[in-house]
Amino acid sequence: MTALTRRQFLRSSAVTVAAACGSATGWGTTNGVEGASEKPGVLVDLTRCIGCRACMRACSVRNALPESSLLTVSIGDRKDLPRDLEPEEIPAFRLGAQGGSPSAMAERARGVAVESLRFDRWTVVNAEGPEDASLFVKRQCMHCVDPACVSVCPVAALQQLPSGAVVYRQDRCIGCRYCMFACPFGVPTFEWGAAMTPVIGKCQWCAQGPVNPGPACVAACPTGALKSRTRGELLFEAKARIHSHPEIYVDHVYGEHEAGGTAWMYLSSVPFTTLNFPKNLPNHSLPSLTRVALHILPFVVAVLAVVLSVVSRVARPAGETHGAEQ
Amino acid sequence: MILEAPQRWVIPAWGWWGGVSLWAAGIAVAAYAAVIRFGSGLGMATHLTDRFPWGIWITFDLCGVALAAGGFILAGTAHVFHARRFEPILRPTVLTSFILYQLVALILVIDLGRPYRFWHPLVMWQPNSVMFEITLCLTLYTVVLTLEFLPAVLEHLKRQDLVAMVHRLTLPAVIAGMILSTLHQSSFGSLFLIIPEKLNALWYTPILPVLFLVSAVSAGMGMVVVESFLCERMLGRSVPRELLTDLCRWNARVLWVYGALKIGDVLWRAPWAAASGHPGLATSWAAEILLGIAVPAWCLGRVAPSTSFARLAGLSALVVGGIMLNRVNVSWWGLQDFAGYVYTPSWTETMITVGCLLAGLGAFVAAVKILPVFPKGEGARPQ
Repeated sequence: MTALTRRQFLRSSAVTVAAACGSATGWGTTNGVEGASEKPGVLVDLTRCIGCRACMRACSVRNALPESSLLTVSIGDRKDLPRDLEPEEIPAFRLGAQGGSPSAMAERARGVAVESLRFDRWTVVNAEGPEDASLFVKRQCMHCVDPACVSVCPVAALQQLPSGAVVYRQDRCIGCRYCMFACPFGVPTFEWGAAMTPVIGKCQWCAQGPVNPGPACVAACPTGALKSRTRGELLFEAKARIHSHPEIYVDHVYGEHEAGGTAWMYLSSVPFTTLNFPKNLPNHSLPSLTRVALHILPFVVAVLAVVLSVVSRVARPAGETHGAEQ
Repeated sequence: MILEAPQRWVIPAWGWWGGVSLWAAGIAVAAYAAVIRFGSGLGMATHLTDRFPWGIWITFDLCGVALAAGGFILAGTAHVFHARRFEPILRPTVLTSFILYQLVALILVIDLGRPYRFWHPLVMWQPNSVMFEITLCLTLYTVVLTLEFLPAVLEHLKRQDLVAMVHRLTLPAVIAGMILSTLHQSSFGSLFLIIPEKLNALWYTPILPVLFLVSAVSAGMGMVVVESFLCERMLGRSVPRELLTDLCRWNARVLWVYGALKIGDVLWRAPWAAASGHPGLATSWAAEILLGIAVPAWCLGRVAPSTSFARLAGLSALVVGGIMLNRVNVSWWGLQDFAGYVYTPSWTETMITVGCLLAGLGAFVAAVKILPVFPKGEGARPQ
């Protein structure tokens, strides 16, 4: 009776308040688009990359990743499970290989990079694109302005720093792999070979420690293909490059709008659709697609609690007392 | 109440023993597969990859909660809407629901990279995550289901005093259960809102949470009929047939709503490129609509008290199968274009899933035989 309705009201209020408090903790909230242009960014000019892979080496050293991850390993369709390879199984490290073996060409044709991002390989450089118009493309976390991975992680193991960098907190991760499922760029990778302590691997913009001396890859790049500035400055510079050399550059800054904008952006001399960038990405942030579905829930709870309580009183047949069910 | 004499399939003794042996063998193989999974990790035990990080365990969870929806529907019908005549089928349905949710939770934890950290979402909150909200809902709902099934256990233990006390909690528990179910049934659909570029356009829609909720209602009702049929034919437990006939007619109405939502959504979004570009997926979608919605909705709407139990069960099985196909399409097959290939599960993944189902089946049969789950007057004379 009255006691029940009050209980229901209290319960729904508590849930609403808890949800509001939870949102206020800040975990999982992202910086959003406002102010993104003042935050750091990196411009990757694919026309300047020579495929030397110094960035891969620098990243591996800075982040204490095993040296074996730098060797060229064909991931293929992963029937070859993660294991220690015999020396003769590891193809020679090919510097700037454009042609390569028939299997490498076939893999490129399938749109699969010969070197994939891995839990211990946070950036890769591969030749991508058609044979007559291929470029070296460096891949790493795009550090989206409104990252899907941060939004979906149930325990806030992926967090966005005020600078915009998306970092990984291994001590919180439960290995649910929703971040991998949600990332439109296929960035987070999983340590499939670890039995009980797998980690997620991805570029953290060298921002995961208490001191951030700047990204190792940008410092190591000999040609200036990688440039660190604020995102706004980089967008301006990128468009200036396009404007002054329209015969070189495709008129598009990849990452300006894709998935709501990314901090790491790309310039290219071939259409991005011929490279292994994901297709059909919306130009709005992905977390925005779930916010309505989540924020409506406290109201659903409150409305249902009231309606169901009322119905249970109104629909009770005359003469039946509460608690008399047999 | 009218309880017709239950019709049982005649199963010879060797059939029973063969079945039990198969069950035991399945459990044994599943245990071995579990040793591989926990001893060697997901890389060795599954065919999951960086490009396909979610597999049949997630699909199983989606199917499981949809089929378990009968619990909150019947509990709400009997306790909130006071349609007390449905009480005879309430306990078997709540038992099914309880077991299915335990299996879902078990598979969910087995699927985690760090299963021993399953409790993290309960203390490390991240309210922007749909998965976080689902975890909280499922945890609370397990409490609700326990409360709803507790009277059966207490009656068996002859603790009538506790039964009365638990009965006072039933109505708030049922209301909480309906709220929690609405939340998490729709949220399982919301999980996929974040991947518009990955899920085939035949299924990706902003109203995915609504579709999941409505289809769960239908699947839950269908599951009640299928499970009642099997309980009668195999265990000799019966329930009043007219309740199931009513449930079937209501299911038809829900199916029409579900079908209208799906067709309307597709007409509005017009994903014809996605359909023509992939005939296999288009066929799967059509099977969902025709075999899973249209045919059963038409036939279930016309059932009469004279309709045979087998027909009711067969049509309900079509409904359940169609919605399971929907979950498979949304969480597995519909993702193949973006991934570039179709993941297929390993034998260890498959056997762990089968093993959990076998364990649930065993728990169900044991509970039915030991606890007062089915209405008294089992095998009663017809009136």
